[in-house]
Amino acid sequence: MVKKLPPVDVVLVGFGWTGAILGQELTDAGLNVVAIERGGWRDTPTDFAVTFAQDELRYYYRQALFQEPVRETLTFRNSPDQTALPMRRLGSFLPGTGVGGAGIHWNGQTWRFLPSDFAALRHNTERYGAQAIPETMTIQDWPVGYDELEPYYDRFEYLCGISGKAGNLNGQIVEGGNPFEGARRRDYPNPPMQMVYGPTLFGAAAKELGYHPFPAPSANMSRAYTNPLGVTLAPCTYCGFCEKYGCGNYSKSSPQTTVIPVLLRKDNFELRTNSEVLRVNRDSSGKRATGVTYVDIQGQEYEQPAEIVILCAYILHNVHLLLVSGIGTPYDARSGEGTVGRNYAYQIVSGVNAFFDDKLFNPYIGAGALGIVIDDFNGDNFDHAGKGFIGGGYLACWNTNGRPIENSPTPENTPKWGAKWKSAVAKNYLRTASVSTHGAVMSHRNNYLDLDPTYRNAYGQPLLRMTFDYTDNEMKMSEFLTERAADLARAMKPREIRINARKGHYSIVPYQTTHNTGGTVMGDNPRDSVINRYLQSWDVPNLFVMGAGAFPQNPGYNPTGTVGALTYWTAEAIRSQYLKNPGPLVQA
Amino acid sequence: MRRLTRTSITTLAAMVLLTDVSGATDFDYAKLEKGRALVDAGDCVACHTQDKAKPFAGGRAIPTPFGTIYSANITPDRDTGIGAWTADDFYRAMHEGVGPHGERLYPAFPYPYFTRMSRDDVEAVHAYLMSLDPVSNTPPPNELIWPLNIRTFMAGWNMLFFNKGTYQPDPNKSAEWNRGAYLVEGPGHCGACHTPKNIFGADKASKALQGGVIQDWTAPNLTAQTSEGLGGWSEADIAEYLKTGRNRLSGATGLMAEVVVNSTSKMSDADLKAIAVYLKDVGPSSAPSVSAPAQNFMQAGEAVYRDSCAACHQGNGTGVPHMFPPLQGNAMVQQADPTTVLRIILEGAKTAATAQRPTTSAMPAYGWKLDDQQIAAVATYVRNSWGNKAGPVASDMVSRMRGAINARKAAPQTVGTGARVDAQQSH
Amino acid sequence: MPLALNRRHLLSTGVAAGAAAVINPPISQGHEVSGKVPWSAGDANTPEFTRSGDYQFLTAAEVAFLDAAVARLIPADDLGPGAKEAGATFFIDHQLAGPYGQAAHWYMQGPWASGEKTQGYQSRMTPAELYRAAIKAVDEHCRSTLGGREFTALSPDEQDKVLSGLEKGEIKLANIDAQTFFDALLQNTIEGYFSDPIYGGNRDMVGWKLIGFPGARYDYRDYVSRHNEKLAFEPVGITGRPGWNPAKS
Repeated sequence: MVKKLPPVDVVLVGFGWTGAILGQELTDAGLNVVAIERGGWRDTPTDFAVTFAQDELRYYYRQALFQEPVRETLTFRNSPDQTALPMRRLGSFLPGTGVGGAGIHWNGQTWRFLPSDFAALRHNTERYGAQAIPETMTIQDWPVGYDELEPYYDRFEYLCGISGKAGNLNGQIVEGGNPFEGARRRDYPNPPMQMVYGPTLFGAAAKELGYHPFPAPSANMSRAYTNPLGVTLAPCTYCGFCEKYGCGNYSKSSPQTTVIPVLLRKDNFELRTNSEVLRVNRDSSGKRATGVTYVDIQGQEYEQPAEIVILCAYILHNVHLLLVSGIGTPYDARSGEGTVGRNYAYQIVSGVNAFFDDKLFNPYIGAGALGIVIDDFNGDNFDHAGKGFIGGGYLACWNTNGRPIENSPTPENTPKWGAKWKSAVAKNYLRTASVSTHGAVMSHRNNYLDLDPTYRNAYGQPLLRMTFDYTDNEMKMSEFLTERAADLARAMKPREIRINARKGHYSIVPYQTTHNTGGTVMGDNPRDSVINRYLQSWDVPNLFVMGAGAFPQNPGYNPTGTVGALTYWTAEAIRSQYLKNPGPLVQA
Repeated sequence: MRRLTRTSITTLAAMVLLTDVSGATDFDYAKLEKGRALVDAGDCVACHTQDKAKPFAGGRAIPTPFGTIYSANITPDRDTGIGAWTADDFYRAMHEGVGPHGERLYPAFPYPYFTRMSRDDVEAVHAYLMSLDPVSNTPPPNELIWPLNIRTFMAGWNMLFFNKGTYQPDPNKSAEWNRGAYLVEGPGHCGACHTPKNIFGADKASKALQGGVIQDWTAPNLTAQTSEGLGGWSEADIAEYLKTGRNRLSGATGLMAEVVVNSTSKMSDADLKAIAVYLKDVGPSSAPSVSAPAQNFMQAGEAVYRDSCAACHQGNGTGVPHMFPPLQGNAMVQQADPTTVLRIILEGAKTAATAQRPTTSAMPAYGWKLDDQQIAAVATYVRNSWGNKAGPVASDMVSRMRGAINARKAAPQTVGTGARVDAQQSH
Repeated sequence: MPLALNRRHLLSTGVAAGAAAVINPPISQGHEVSGKVPWSAGDANTPEFTRSGDYQFLTAAEVAFLDAAVARLIPADDLGPGAKEAGATFFIDHQLAGPYGQAAHWYMQGPWASGEKTQGYQSRMTPAELYRAAIKAVDEHCRSTLGGREFTALSPDEQDKVLSGLEKGEIKLANIDAQTFFDALLQNTIEGYFSDPIYGGNRDMVGWKLIGFPGARYDYRDYVSRHNEKLAFEPVGITGRPGWNPAKS
């Protein structure tokens, strides 16, 4: 029997970055907020303490901090003509679970999208003509622009304490920063991190080639920092166990280190962990969410009524929840009808190793966002005429880790095992730097999410099904970026390089990024989007859907900065508009 | 979701008007407000609360060297609380340590300090307590060793050790100093923890505020002595610590964290400054004589420190102010009794979180990772590096601390073996 | 008509107003967190490992097989000890006996299909089952094609050829995908060579010493700007290094 609980003002489904920020903003507005998180409580001194956080086997290879496929996973296929099979173990992406979500194990690379990214369709059409957009590419303009989001990017960056160097201050290009970035009102709250050797060499090489290197914007603290909420973070110690790991000394921005200490003190906030939301409930009209149904560890179901329901459960679960709750029209790739699950996108990455005889890099001195980057080949920062693709990505020399199981590069043609492998690893471990590319993925009519007809999760619900592959656009673009990366690697004057290009179909097996986007796209009309410019559902006005599902396609940057900005943007829309006048904020 | 545990004064005022509560027949907002502030300063709620939903209803087990005492219900319930007491009854309890039927109270209830409070102040406290919601709760009977379970035995104790009397201001000192002295020696009862005890559990008067050990925590030296006391702290440092739970030198953990959260963070800035002025004027205790640490322990300790501690406390021991306390020059680290140092290394520690300093920075537990010898080595190292000078720590002390922690975990209500009668020299 | 969102509305539905509106007292088996950040002394989600030296899963014959195999995958030579000396077999044993071996965290529901390479691991066997069956099958293959000798009886060169054949999928094993087995074996061997010694491999941190990885450290601030320098750190594991123990005086 389902137990019905007393109503609250807001129920947040999931408690990672977006849940924590909304919890803080909406409790500040006086609302009673309950956050329901399927995973458990986690915090620095008890769950990823400096006493045991440095454990490559446990955290990366045994995936202790990530979502467990045994409870929830998805099925995958490259194209609609295949049968999707379950992702039985994690690989390509590492969704989070538990308090803090993937905000615990991210690397901290924090970006703003380019102004032109927000108008990808219009901008590329204007510059390169309509024929530059293939017929099956389904990119759209965002219903919000960079200038509107600028103050919210700023808020998220100051919440986190991002270490970086501005490149464009109110229109003034600043030496040493990213000259391509959109104008920002003020510099980052903290100076850039101290740089290690590899990225320093890369920066020098990039300058020689006429590019514009700058330090990556980093959520690893370059110094102690107290954010506007009064929460303090400590300086990063370059431990090299950052991305895929929890930070042991409060020096990586996460919900725990930036928001939760203040939020939990409030009388009008409650967090329920180990409670999984199964569906969003609606009234008989179907146009109003009445709350959510969730289940606890014993299998007891509860109904939590609420005035406002907000999905903060990561793009994949947000899409899944909408589909199993029957909200909106599921996308059908054959007919092109429907919007929920449409325009799923990802990231395309590649890299080049540079092996040296005469240089030592000490790769284990690292941090998740420690590196030098060039943005000269991102977005539309360069002329695409004749290239056969749109979009781009950044090139970077990161120094995130020297963890030996994950990161023991060997030169071209080295066997994967045996005496030759061993000697190659021993010789090159300390003497290798890498240049990586991080490219955009445009949306495509055959890249989408829907419900699988065969496989079920632990609760008997159909699994989400992912149909995705790179298209010509991505492959050509990645090839181009990889060649530029090889140029840069050679300019660092190594003994030899090894090019690890992106080849063949997208595979769910090797880790690439946890940058899943789309599926609940934001737009200016309900025919090609699921939510409006305030991330409010077109179908159910008291339902909001957060996260990177809002992206109509995925630009060439890590998504978290924009996810954070959009969360603040939505919070303000709820506080200043919705609460005064509940209902659709945009007339379709 | 936390229920409101304390209604606002204005609501209280309304309730007082509508209710006939003996002992508070006339409504005096200023008096109730004064009483509330004194109850905050006295941290009554900490000992007199077992169930957070029923503050002041008593029943909390207070471990003493002589057994366990359960705190009284001081809500105005007529049958189980103080509702039937007169104002005189209440004053006699606070001033003389005697209950309404002539029974002697145990000094776990720190009447040797509350005796310093003026009649007016005690009446204000009484008025405030009487304005609370009455809660019916009968605390369990005390479990004291013979003959202390016979209350009349306390008459002898009082004769030897109880210095009854209201605080007399020192005319040679400023009003602020006197206010600070009143608070520290009276409602604040700081010496109840921070003054070492003799075998009868009474203050060693000649060693006032020179530090004590209580429930396996070291309450540090509060004199002006530099290595163990407040010699390196300014008045502003002291006030900030009491207000926010941390300052550039330290963060409140363990029992003091509770004191900050329940009591001192709610006191006025003027009162906290007065306390600071007074404490800074307490003459320094004599510098401890310390034996030199063994070199092999220092070397091993340094290795452990660099690998396990430096990521927060920094290689040079300077920490991150307001976040990870500096160990260099740290008074707690250099206390003659290393109880807190060892306890924190074994079990970890969480700094008090207040509205001004909400960050819940915590040190992780090392007991599972380091063995007794390694902990003794690193404790010796931090106590004797960067200019620090304090007695070395031997492994058997760590073993005993481990045993005490495990015993407490197994049976939380029993007397801990950490009950001490003096701040011992470490060996 | 959209419902007005204000306190009066909440009052009328029976929820108390006031500074702390009541959320129902805990009735669910989920854990309720409010008021302050949870913590209790001594709490630590420490790694699970055993200090016992006994094998928990592999039979003696399987240990011999794996010892021989890992010794070829990462051999001992003048650069230093190899995977066998590092205890990779012991490591693999404990992994197979634990949640990894049982595929406890993977999705192991059917139906089963082999699929494309891009769709990843689709075997219905857990790693423990896979190893057990594959070792048997490989020995069977060796016996039937290499003069009745098992894997452990082959010469190092012959062993390399067998391993290579598995790696490339040229050797077909009955009911088992050879490449899936080889991939797991190689991956677990590397893990057994480079993971923290608490898991039974990387004995005396020989793997880390080979490459110059300092181990489970957490603070390199003093070394960030020391570019292009050889930094000689004694590697340290989660449970320490010899230097942590006071020398006998």
